[in-house]
Amino acid sequence: MHSYIIRRILHMVPTLILISMASFIVIQLPPGDMLTSKLAKLEEQGELGSESALEQVEVLRERYGLNDPLYVQYFRWIGNIILHLDFGESFTFEMDVIELLSERMGLTLLMTLTTLIFTWVVAIPIGVYSATRPYSIGDYGFTFIGFVGLATPNFLLALVFLFFQVSVFEVQSVGGLLSPEFVGAPWTLAKVRDLMTHIWVPVIVIGASGTASIIRVMRGNLLDVLGQQHIQTGRAKGLREVKVIAKYGVRIAINPLVSRLGLELPSLLSGAVVTGIVLGLPTAGPLFLTALTSQDMYLAGAFLLLSSTFLLVGNLLADIALAWLDPRIRYG
Amino acid sequence: MDKENLKSVERTAEPPVMEDNGSPAVTASYSQKRLIWKRFLRHKAGVVGGCIVVFLAFSFLFAEFLAPHDISRRYFQYVYLPPQGIHFFSEDGFQLRPFVYGIKSVVSQEDGLKRYYEDTSIKYPIYLFIEGDSYKFLWLFETDIHLIGTGKDNPLFLCGTDRFGRDMFSRLLSGGRVTFTVGLLAICLSLILGTTLGLISGYYGGIVDNLIQRTIELIFAFPSIPILMALSALLPPQWPSYLTFLGIVTVLSFIGWGGLAREIRGKTLAISESDFVLAARVSGAKDRRIIFIHLLPSMFSHIIVISTLAVPGFILHESTLSFLGLGIKPPLTSWGLLLSDAMNLHALSLYPWLLIPGACILVAVLSLNFLGDGIRDAAAPYSTY
Repeated sequence: MHSYIIRRILHMVPTLILISMASFIVIQLPPGDMLTSKLAKLEEQGELGSESALEQVEVLRERYGLNDPLYVQYFRWIGNIILHLDFGESFTFEMDVIELLSERMGLTLLMTLTTLIFTWVVAIPIGVYSATRPYSIGDYGFTFIGFVGLATPNFLLALVFLFFQVSVFEVQSVGGLLSPEFVGAPWTLAKVRDLMTHIWVPVIVIGASGTASIIRVMRGNLLDVLGQQHIQTGRAKGLREVKVIAKYGVRIAINPLVSRLGLELPSLLSGAVVTGIVLGLPTAGPLFLTALTSQDMYLAGAFLLLSSTFLLVGNLLADIALAWLDPRIRYG
Repeated sequence: MDKENLKSVERTAEPPVMEDNGSPAVTASYSQKRLIWKRFLRHKAGVVGGCIVVFLAFSFLFAEFLAPHDISRRYFQYVYLPPQGIHFFSEDGFQLRPFVYGIKSVVSQEDGLKRYYEDTSIKYPIYLFIEGDSYKFLWLFETDIHLIGTGKDNPLFLCGTDRFGRDMFSRLLSGGRVTFTVGLLAICLSLILGTTLGLISGYYGGIVDNLIQRTIELIFAFPSIPILMALSALLPPQWPSYLTFLGIVTVLSFIGWGGLAREIRGKTLAISESDFVLAARVSGAKDRRIIFIHLLPSMFSHIIVISTLAVPGFILHESTLSFLGLGIKPPLTSWGLLLSDAMNLHALSLYPWLLIPGACILVAVLSLNFLGDGIRDAAAPYSTY
């Protein structure tokens, strides 16, 4: 088991390096750099003659090393991240990226993980229900809801939620993950409790399509497993049906779900980004959109790098969990 | 061939299980195409989905003809007009020709909002093949005949209007066309990339295979929406609408080919092992011949299935990008872009018909999903459920 984990972690390193390079290239590609927009801003303000504005920008450009070749810039960027956890400075907000992003990224990941748990807790019982009563009315109902859930994009569901909140419940302060008095406050138990009362809306919005697909997978898997001989044996020797299903069926049918985590996490994170933007949550999503539209490269790059690292770690944990659940993988 | 026997086979609910040596009589009487078609028809949801998709596709093809108004024509007197009801009954009783009432508007003293009321003293009958804004029919010739309308400059707003007083129904048709075209072009481009690279990867193996697989892994390592957003943000903002449109297609396929390539690679690996490929190789066929004459045609049904199943994903991604303002740019429009007007609490509560594009996305994606499922089940006519 240990050698498997070590092998798996070593396998991650080259991927991480490639990801960091790709993130850097993607944010470097737009013509001009973020100082171009800063220059435009300075000129617009008219506070500086364009000559001195140019000069100022040139100084900044030199200081951030934007005149260096691309690979030098890359190594400086990644070096600072690894050695000092310094993701650079955001030009739009004139703050350190890490300061700007840390709480929002934390909330985004928290939202993603909560949604993950939510989808599993909701979907697995429904999947079991559907598989044990295939082609019943309940099964058809859940299948239909599942199809609709898969076809509904996150932003649409978020809009529908907004619509109901505004027009039916007549709540005007929609969105937000925290009550106003807790915004910016230090993390206390009360703040966590407040967060929990707000987080369910985005969790349902993000989790809808994931729940739908897990129901379908769980139903299919369990149907396959229930047709196997060991189930028949279990029934033949007089085990209670609940035990047959739970211990002999679900226990096996759940393995493929764990291996699907690698597919599920990215879409949940994507959903968290979009939902954050639509509902105006204090998460990383809205910040990322702003960063992209204003060419705030260090901010956008940090988000891309952090979120894909999160996905890699998630995959690693899922693989370890699967290896723990299924001995064939450990020794395979 | 025993006719009775055939009929009884036809009547059974479960499709006949065919083994390699089993019941040659039945296989001989149905062509592969016929079997696939029969099996597809059995998938009711797939048939319904297919009908809706075909209907939508035709409506989008003739969007300008079906739309009562030009999509950028602004009716300033009818800003944020709710959907108009079509009536058959008036105080004169029933009439066969449907009509809409005229519109009165009152600006409220309290909140300064304009409210609209039906003016029952004016009736605008709806005519077929009526003159309206001119457009190019199928990009071929100029005409001004529309399927329905109430005459030039007269109101007929079946899905209401937007903040510039532009007809939502016409814009929905036009936006649907863009949304569908993006999906279609993106799947074509992804298929070309995915099939080529998947075939190379599976057929040659070795370093090339490794390289391609690592590239796909790298693309999959990023969460899809953020990386799509980042790539769309690369498109220069000064590009005209149609170039951005092509750019979005490219971005979508650039991220989307990986999944297809993986499937094609798996299939290639499986088929490369089979006897007929071995036979071809033994008889001295070149790689190119094996790939194009033997491998590709035998994967055709598989390719069709995976591409049908991939289209809804592209449509959802395009809608998301356009909705966030990183996708399609005006004057072109798409469902996602239309829906972005609703991302405003004020507008959402006062003008709920702005959510109609969302319903369109839902119906289209649902139908495409069902169609894909139906095709998938039908494509393997010899397997059981």
